[in-house]
Amino acid sequence: MSQAVLDQLKGRFGEAVLETHNRFGNETALVKKESLLAVLKFLKEECGFEMLMDLCGVDHLPETPRFEVVYHLKSFSRGYRVRIKVRIAEEDPVVDSAVSVWKGANWYERECREFYGIKFKGHPDLRPLLLYPEFEGYPLRKDYPHKKRQPRLPLLKPETR
Amino acid sequence: MIKLSDDTKDLHTRYMTMMMGPSHPATHGTLMMNLVLDGETIIEVDIDPGYLHRGFEKECEAHRWNQNVAYTDRLNYVSAIINNVCYSMAVEKLLGIDQKIPERAQWLRLIFSEISRITDHATCLAAMTMEVGGFTGFLYLVKLREYFYEILENLCGARVTYSWTRVGGARWDAPEGFEDQTREAIKNSRKVLKDVRGLFDKNRIFLERTVKIGVISRENALAYGITGPFLRSTGFNYDARKAHPYLYYQDLDFEIPLGVNGDSYDRYYVRVLEMEQSMRIIEQALGKIPKGPVMIDDPCLKLPEKQEVYNSIEGVINHLKLIFEDIYVPAGEVYSYVEAPNGELGFYLVSKGGNQPWKCRVHPPCFPIVAALPEILKGYMLADIIPIFGSVNMIGGEMDR
Repeated sequence: MSQAVLDQLKGRFGEAVLETHNRFGNETALVKKESLLAVLKFLKEECGFEMLMDLCGVDHLPETPRFEVVYHLKSFSRGYRVRIKVRIAEEDPVVDSAVSVWKGANWYERECREFYGIKFKGHPDLRPLLLYPEFEGYPLRKDYPHKKRQPRLPLLKPETR
Repeated sequence: MIKLSDDTKDLHTRYMTMMMGPSHPATHGTLMMNLVLDGETIIEVDIDPGYLHRGFEKECEAHRWNQNVAYTDRLNYVSAIINNVCYSMAVEKLLGIDQKIPERAQWLRLIFSEISRITDHATCLAAMTMEVGGFTGFLYLVKLREYFYEILENLCGARVTYSWTRVGGARWDAPEGFEDQTREAIKNSRKVLKDVRGLFDKNRIFLERTVKIGVISRENALAYGITGPFLRSTGFNYDARKAHPYLYYQDLDFEIPLGVNGDSYDRYYVRVLEMEQSMRIIEQALGKIPKGPVMIDDPCLKLPEKQEVYNSIEGVINHLKLIFEDIYVPAGEVYSYVEAPNGELGFYLVSKGGNQPWKCRVHPPCFPIVAALPEILKGYMLADIIPIFGSVNMIGGEMDR
């Protein structure tokens, strides 16, 4: 259904679009990390993708590059949906922030940062969102053991509570 | 953090920081708000969620496909069946059997989704009306919810966490007398809903607390990724049931209520009207539901009958395989979504071909709404937080996962 978007994307960005597929009716494009922001801006401004539905990270541990950030976009004017993926190496887990394109990316990126340790360049405020500040490690990485315990925090003194 | 505000005036105030929550009686759902106030006016809000974080996604990666159905109950616990349905539909898409699910199972999924939508809206409105002082509204709406909880209790014995669907269909068929009971429940709840509307629709106290309070513009709602009644209250017509019909929504006649102003009152009103539409959907669906099995006839997915397990070696092996290893799902990725009461609920599943998901991401519908709250609340009074937050319908289980 949204194949036209993928064709448009390939025509515009050529080499930067590494891979596309539309299995299960989900049109997907894997793009290069360097051109991610340009692709997202192009999709919003010229293809009418008004909404960032979801943003999440995926850890493909033995594979390289290890991480993947997945964007699900939705266009109301055309009724399209598209999924944009970008691969990120473990050594340099930094990707451009999409906050300037969609405001809603803010919290999704904060969540992705605390669970996967992927940093978003240009994000205004990367504090942890769901976890507490003293949490050690990145829990959704595949090398974080499922049963791992966190160190116990000392109780706050009443006056600093 | 504390700084002097405009102190050139004779009467000036000082900014005050205040914490609201995490267990404030009006924030149903544990959530902390760090407020900066000028007198009673909200200058800045910083929201700190996460008090109900239980590691849903990590648990899903450590469990098997069908076991996770029980976890999805705990996402939005006032409309658990919609989560079950959405998750099962996503796995079925990955398996490539989404067209082979028995018709009866799909119709039942549709009916119970709508019943869940009614219970969710009833809970949200009950809390909202109670918090602005109308305790009668709470009692009436909880009574309405009770009619539907009884149906769900008859279905599977549980009142809140149903774990009713399985990959490939459903665990139980609807019980005997289910259709009559549902019709009766709808008849009764129409009466209750009429009373509730009589109490609140034109109630001056309620109007003054909600009209033009908590306004969000359409552009902002889209930029934040908000869907559901919150988006529709701004007049934007998007409902996944109409825009991308799934199950049998394309065969049914229903309308999408829209608001005008995008304020708390419109959100109340859209929810009330949606409950009526859901009842219409259920009534139509009850007339169309066929007889037949509720589980796909595939030994790789369906547990064999007890009779077979006890009396045949094939049955025993099939049973053991399914209990100890569960189903195997081919490698791939899928994003599947349904219209949940709060907005679009989506599951993004990644499989590497095992009996466990590699990644199970849930897109919670109230997450973007809470993310937008700081901007919505700015400029209103401290007391306005309560009706605004009530109309958000934040569900801790779904928000924090």
